[in-house]
Amino acid sequence: MFRRTVCFMAVLMVFVPAAFAQEADAISGADTAWLLVSTALVLLMTPALAFFYGGLVRSKNALNTMMMSFVALGVSGALWALLGYSLAFGEGSAWIGDFSMAALKGVGLEPNGTIPSLLFMAFQGTFAIITAALISGAVVERMRFPSYMAFIALWGLLVYAPVCHWVWGGGWIGEMGALDFAGGAVVHVNAGVAAMVAALVLGARKDYGREALLPHNVPFVLLGAGILWFGWFGFNGGSALAADGIAALALVNTMLAPAACLVAWVFLDYFVTKRITAVGVATAIVVGLVAITPAAGFVSPTGAIALGLISAFPSYLLIRWRTRTKLDDSLDVFAAHGVGGISGALLTGVFASVAFGGAEGMIDGNAAQVGIQAVSILAVAGYSGIVTFLLLKFIGLFAPLRADAQSEGLGMDISAHGEEAYATGEGAVLLNDEEAPEHVNGLISVT
Amino acid sequence: MKLVKAIIRPDRLPEVLRGLYAAEVYGLTVSRVRGHGGEVEKVETYRGTTVKMELHDKIMLDIGVSEPFVDRTVKAICEAAYTGEVGDGKIFVLPVERIVRVRTKEEDRAAVTPVR
Repeated sequence: MFRRTVCFMAVLMVFVPAAFAQEADAISGADTAWLLVSTALVLLMTPALAFFYGGLVRSKNALNTMMMSFVALGVSGALWALLGYSLAFGEGSAWIGDFSMAALKGVGLEPNGTIPSLLFMAFQGTFAIITAALISGAVVERMRFPSYMAFIALWGLLVYAPVCHWVWGGGWIGEMGALDFAGGAVVHVNAGVAAMVAALVLGARKDYGREALLPHNVPFVLLGAGILWFGWFGFNGGSALAADGIAALALVNTMLAPAACLVAWVFLDYFVTKRITAVGVATAIVVGLVAITPAAGFVSPTGAIALGLISAFPSYLLIRWRTRTKLDDSLDVFAAHGVGGISGALLTGVFASVAFGGAEGMIDGNAAQVGIQAVSILAVAGYSGIVTFLLLKFIGLFAPLRADAQSEGLGMDISAHGEEAYATGEGAVLLNDEEAPEHVNGLISVT
Repeated sequence: MKLVKAIIRPDRLPEVLRGLYAAEVYGLTVSRVRGHGGEVEKVETYRGTTVKMELHDKIMLDIGVSEPFVDRTVKAICEAAYTGEVGDGKIFVLPVERIVRVRTKEEDRAAVTPVR
């Protein structure tokens, strides 16, 4: 998203005196209106993700899974304003921002590009929130909630903010010329790799590989996928940072790539299993959305269709293979977001077109762009994987990462939250404060 | 002929089914039930209202068997449903007057012999 902005700002910084820059950078009503809407759209994606993930787990863990997304709205959102934004978009170095805008110091109503700085901060904040929430799909049904909260808090500052700075905040990946329109590397490769590492560090669920662990509410999964698609128009369309032709292109591509991915997925499903599945269609929509994310404002609409079709294959095959292994990346975050993000970022290098706002891609004769894309993927994946591993080990020194086997068996809803997703109320006895018993993980201990 | 009625923990059902199949008991009916057997209670809080859940989700199995199958059915359930905590469940063995297979009108022992 920032390629244009970064170039523009570089030009301003070098050639134009500051006072003049103020004039050139006037706030545009149209751009501001679109970004206001986009920010709200992207924020809605996190509750949508809660439904998508919540439907995929067993009913005894539905609330816990949804809470992992909802709590990110608080933890990651507040920390973004306090520190993350400054670390990502502060001047700093090629590697990380600085503390110059900590607690939103100096972030006000003045223009950043053609929209108010505060709005830019909030729009970026919604990305930080959903990226952290995406990781939760790999650790559902077993991770202790307090440890999860500590993890996403630190991850947002130590992994998301630096990676965001590298690509969009004036850091080295952006300078290198890598194309990442709305976060193929920053959001999806980053979260996908972190998710796989988290699944490895935590270990599989106790019933994994012994019992079928089935989705408890497939309509929720479809609802979540639908609202994610809706919100993604803000994610990609808003990343143009203007209400212009590029925003329109990004929105159209965001419609077409998932459509193509869905069709490819349906055919794969039919040829492999002789059935076209609803969970498959929901997954295909997400994979198509992920894949078009880095490319949305750089490729032609026909390029987006090709990109969506192609990206279905690696993710589909990986999901089929992964479920037969010991790796309990429970909701296939790596296959959908990691691999979808990698396919999308590489294909951006293939299909990028100058006529549609991008740089020259492989089809235009610039094969080197694919190499640049590959370097950005490897760097983000490597950093995210290593730091996620260290972070989880660090948190593990202070508190267990996993719930005990009894809590896991009882379900995380009751043991972690003391609530049930589908309580009937039968047999519930009201307790006064004096009667409220001491409990361990939601159970009254027998004396 | 006997009717074996077993009440077990929901999360033990896959194990119990596996155990029953291994013991060649194939015909059974499963229902979700709620009940209380003196086990530890769950505490839940909704907007400041704290409640004690006295009824727990359980699974009830109804299995009609001929005499030679009674003991192995009970044994299979006992082994597979066991966790050692209060609340593992109960097994009731009841006498049955008559069994009819609807499709063939076979009665009693023939009616509970699985068709392979």
